[in-house]
Order: sequence, then C-alpha cells, then structure tokens
Amino acid sequence: MSQQAFHHALLDPARPVPDGLTDGAGHPAGRRYAVYRNNVAVSLTEALITGFPACAALLGADNMSRIAGRFLRQHPPASPLMIHWGAAFPAFLDGLDGLGRLPFLSDVARLELALRRAYHAADATPVAPNALLSIPEDRLGLARLRLAPSVQIVKSRWPVAEIRAFALGLGAAPTSGAQEIAVLRPDYDPEPHVLPPQGHAFLAALQANMPLGAAVTQCGPGFDPAPCLALLLGHGAITEILTCPG
Amino acid sequence: MSKTIKTAALLSAVATAVTLTAHQAAAQEKEKCFGVALAGQNDCAAGPGTTCAGTSKVDYQGNAWSLVDEGTCMEVMLPAMADGSERMGSLEALDRDLPEM
Repeated sequence: MSQQAFHHALLDPARPVPDGLTDGAGHPAGRRYAVYRNNVAVSLTEALITGFPACAALLGADNMSRIAGRFLRQHPPASPLMIHWGAAFPAFLDGLDGLGRLPFLSDVARLELALRRAYHAADATPVAPNALLSIPEDRLGLARLRLAPSVQIVKSRWPVAEIRAFALGLGAAPTSGAQEIAVLRPDYDPEPHVLPPQGHAFLAALQANMPLGAAVTQCGPGFDPAPCLALLLGHGAITEILTCPG
Repeated sequence: MSKTIKTAALLSAVATAVTLTAHQAAAQEKEKCFGVALAGQNDCAAGPGTTCAGTSKVDYQGNAWSLVDEGTCMEVMLPAMADGSERMGSLEALDRDLPEM
C-alpha cells in the first residue's frame, strides 16, 4: 500500500480502507483506520472553528461542521504548521451556494484571518510618535514609512468589524455600512480598527513602499492622512522612516 | 506651486497626527496579569495549532493570564478564595486555582 493511497482514503470516506493495514496481532486493521480517519476530520474541523470563531458563531455549530467537512477535504493542510491553515477559507466561502443569508461571511473570515496573521507576525520596534516631525520639510513628501509586519488591512462592503464583535458577544448589533479596517498589534494581541474612507488605499500604498506624498495623492483630493497616521503612530505600527538624502 | 501646497498640507497633517497620538488612550502600557481571567477567557489570539487560546479550565486559573493596563494587575477585584483568604492577581504565574489533572 502506498502512502498516497493511505492519504487519499483518509480524506474520502467513500473510499474503502486501504489494503495491507494490519493491527499488532496481524489482523486486518479496517476499523482502526476508520477511527484514525474520523480523528483527522474532527481535529481539522475543530482547528477551523478555533481559527474562525465568529464565522462559526454566525453559521451555528451544525452548519460550520458541515462546511468545515467540505473545506478540509478540498483544502487539506499543506504544512504541519496549523497556525497557517485556513488561508483559503474566505475564497472557499465565496464559492459556496446557500450562504445568501450571510453575504458578509467571507469578509468576516478575511478579518479573522487578518487577526491571526497579525498575531503571528514578527515583532518590530516602533518609532517614537514625534519622529515624523523630525523629517526635513522638503523631504516629507518623499519619505517612506515602513509599517510593522503585523499590520493587516481588510476592506469590505459590510461592517465586518461590528459583525465580528456582535457574533462573539463583544459588541452591539451592527449599524454601519462598508468598513475599511486595519488590524494593529501594539502589544501581544491584535485588534481591528475602523479606518476613515480611503484609509485602506492609503495603508496599502504605504505597505507597497510608496512615498508619503504619493500615497496621500492617490487617495484623491480631500483625503486627510492625519487620522490614519495618528492611528498608526499610536499603536506602534510605524517601524522606520526612510528619507532619501538630498 | 501645487507641490508647495501639498507639502504644507502634509506638514499640517503630520503635526495633527502627532498631536492626536499624544491624546490617545491606547498608548497605555499593558502587563500580563495572572490568575484573574474567567474560565476560557484568558487572552490569546493564536488560532489553531496552539494551546493558549481560551484554554483556562477554571475561573481565576493561576497560570492563565489577561492583559490589563500597566500597574492595575494587583487592583483587579476578585472574589475571596473558598477558605475566605484574599485572592489577588499576580505578574507571575500562580499555583493556586489550577485545574485538576
């Protein structure tokens, strides 16, 4: 029996138990394989619920288990590091029929994934908040702000930060509309922050290493970067200021 | 000309941002406080494949922590222990209120 046959049958309950498996006494080990097969599916389902608690709460236990059962077979872990598993879950939810009542579910999953990525991102030492003031006036527009590796941004047509908080019993019923969100991690725990309109585009430009002036300009006339910059500075999310000489 | 205006606007935005930052309460330093979390509510957002998220089994479990504002760990109000003695938070893991193995 090949490892591949063992693996394929593991995630497909319709397949027969692979031949050639024996228990300690040399008897066929069919039922033991079935127990193992069940354990794999149950533990991956639990992992998905752990990683997407708000999605699980919105779907309810039965629906979440059913969806997890399909997801874990289509997207089994590619790495033994379970902290990374589930990256494909938001797109998978987009492709599911029957979620009409929860059109925002995939964006809630994106937010939960962003929170998890922020948690596991490398530490970085932030600049002092007043460091921005020390950039020479004529170089301010060309300065590049390096953001902490933990900074994650999410944009949704739905108030996903509110929906997530409500689903987890952390906040009131959602009332607002589309939300742009930055996940920031000043200490150990990541937190979602709602950005002003165009805040997502601004932070994305900074993450892409665009100079400050250009990053502001591409957000359109009337965009005020002050609230976003204050949010970043106040949560230790700017780790370096690069000014080109001359 | 427009470049000059942009620089002025940027300067003022940066100054505003730094001022706003000085007023943000989020700048509050945090500390890990052991022995104050209710069962299953200890802080951690690590996700699957880890062992810390919401895994404390009993209320005020001594080796589970929550993030609290710096300097407030010892002030968290907790109910007294079963024997009537005072129960306090700690900056280091405690051996009280551990789940039975």
